[in-house]
Amino acid sequence: MISLDNICIQTGDFCLQDVSFSIPESAYAVLMGKTGSGKTTILECIIGLRPVSSGTILIGGKDVTRLNPALRGIGYVPQDGALFSRMTVRDHLAYALTIRRASRKEIADRVEELATLLGITHLLHRTPPGLSGGESQRVSLGRALSFRPKVLCLDEPLSALDRETREQMCELLGNVRQQTRVTTIQVTHNPEETQMLADCVYRLEDGKVMLEKTSSQ
Amino acid sequence: MNNDESIKGTFDAPKGPSLKQSDVGNIVLSNRVFYTCMATIGGVYIFLILAMLLADAWYVAEKTMDAASDSADPWKAMLNDNPVFVALSDPKIRYSIWLSLISCTLSAILSVIVAVPIGYLLARHQFPGKRLLDAVLDIPIVLPPLVVGLSLLILFQFPPFSFIARDVVYQIPAVILAQFSVACAFAVRTMKSTFDHIDPRCEQVAIALGSSRSQAFGMVVLPEATHGIITAFTLAWARSLGEFGPLLIFAGATRMKTEVLSTTVFLEMNVGDIEAAVSVSLIMVVAAMTVLVITRIWGSREALL
Repeated sequence: MISLDNICIQTGDFCLQDVSFSIPESAYAVLMGKTGSGKTTILECIIGLRPVSSGTILIGGKDVTRLNPALRGIGYVPQDGALFSRMTVRDHLAYALTIRRASRKEIADRVEELATLLGITHLLHRTPPGLSGGESQRVSLGRALSFRPKVLCLDEPLSALDRETREQMCELLGNVRQQTRVTTIQVTHNPEETQMLADCVYRLEDGKVMLEKTSSQ
Repeated sequence: MNNDESIKGTFDAPKGPSLKQSDVGNIVLSNRVFYTCMATIGGVYIFLILAMLLADAWYVAEKTMDAASDSADPWKAMLNDNPVFVALSDPKIRYSIWLSLISCTLSAILSVIVAVPIGYLLARHQFPGKRLLDAVLDIPIVLPPLVVGLSLLILFQFPPFSFIARDVVYQIPAVILAQFSVACAFAVRTMKSTFDHIDPRCEQVAIALGSSRSQAFGMVVLPEATHGIITAFTLAWARSLGEFGPLLIFAGATRMKTEVLSTTVFLEMNVGDIEAAVSVSLIMVVAAMTVLVITRIWGSREALL
């Protein structure tokens, strides 16, 4: 589903050479590595927020290396949620569908469906300043899933949460994954999250990505 | 208080060098001296601002009392003969009030319209010549005001500006253009700082969700910048109200034509009518304070939403 072939990334003094790995369709992949090793940089290249110097990124067999991020069909959940402070939770869940000019009924149905799935029905009228860390990440996840993306990219979504909330979110991510079967790549350095969620684990070390483990192993 | 307690707490720490009792006393005293110095320096400036305004108000009040004491009907005299009322009943000054309100509002709107894209580009993008452009945008701030006016006047000697010079120079558009030339630089600085403080990640998420750049800007970035836009507008408006040098050179100080409040003060001083000049100054203070208070209230309400 996602394939990176000999990707080279140069940002200032930081450089990643010949990064290659692939993630099968509907898999939940976890990319691990030390802080500053370039995990988020690779994720941003897949999303299209950062250009690659050379190499190819394929999503569903299509070359998206130079494709505008808006056209890649990737749902993105950043580390801090990055919620839009002026919008209500309902507006967040409706955002991607609104810009795709979906009908009102379609938007309302999808918002309701996501809010139920993520347990945020009671928060729909609230704005981000009034949300807790866990609630913010649920909203961010709902916003990313709203347009039924082909790929979901999660950048350390649980790192800022307390243990209890993190466990709840892990359970939620597992449920979401079962229901949507969306191909997911999550960046983390938490082994517990990896244990609970991952089908396949990749480790980024010394600029190389290695497949460490698959669920069958 | 808490800091002092925490410092004392280090005495019981089992490891590491500890502070002596005399050092703790010195730190407490040093903290008091530090805040006293800061408050004194700040207080002197605040006193200067308030003293200037009070002096204006006192001067007008004194003249009002003089008028009342000379009159058979003191209450009526206090109302009708006080310098502010006299100034407000003068059609020339009423004209300059209206022209000031309209021209300041227009130049502030224009400033915000120009400052938003420039501030956004400077805050979000790297491009060749960015530092030079940044420096150029500061020119209206550092240039002597009279030079701004003179430069505008000279500019309108050359095509294509010379084709419209007759309709602009020494006319009302010159008032707005002169105010805009300086006020916009302040609005740009405010907007750049605003966009610098907005997390670019939100915009990136919006783009990843399928937005075009303009959709992400319009639906995510601009709403986040509301407070900054209000501040930029206020600053540009207040700056325009106080503009004088460029106006005098480029728009002139013709009564009932290009006269705004700042030029009224100058004209009244020139004819020796200090009472009218002080009254108009007070009107300017009230106008500026009103705009400041309204935008602050609106801004804080927006921030709460």
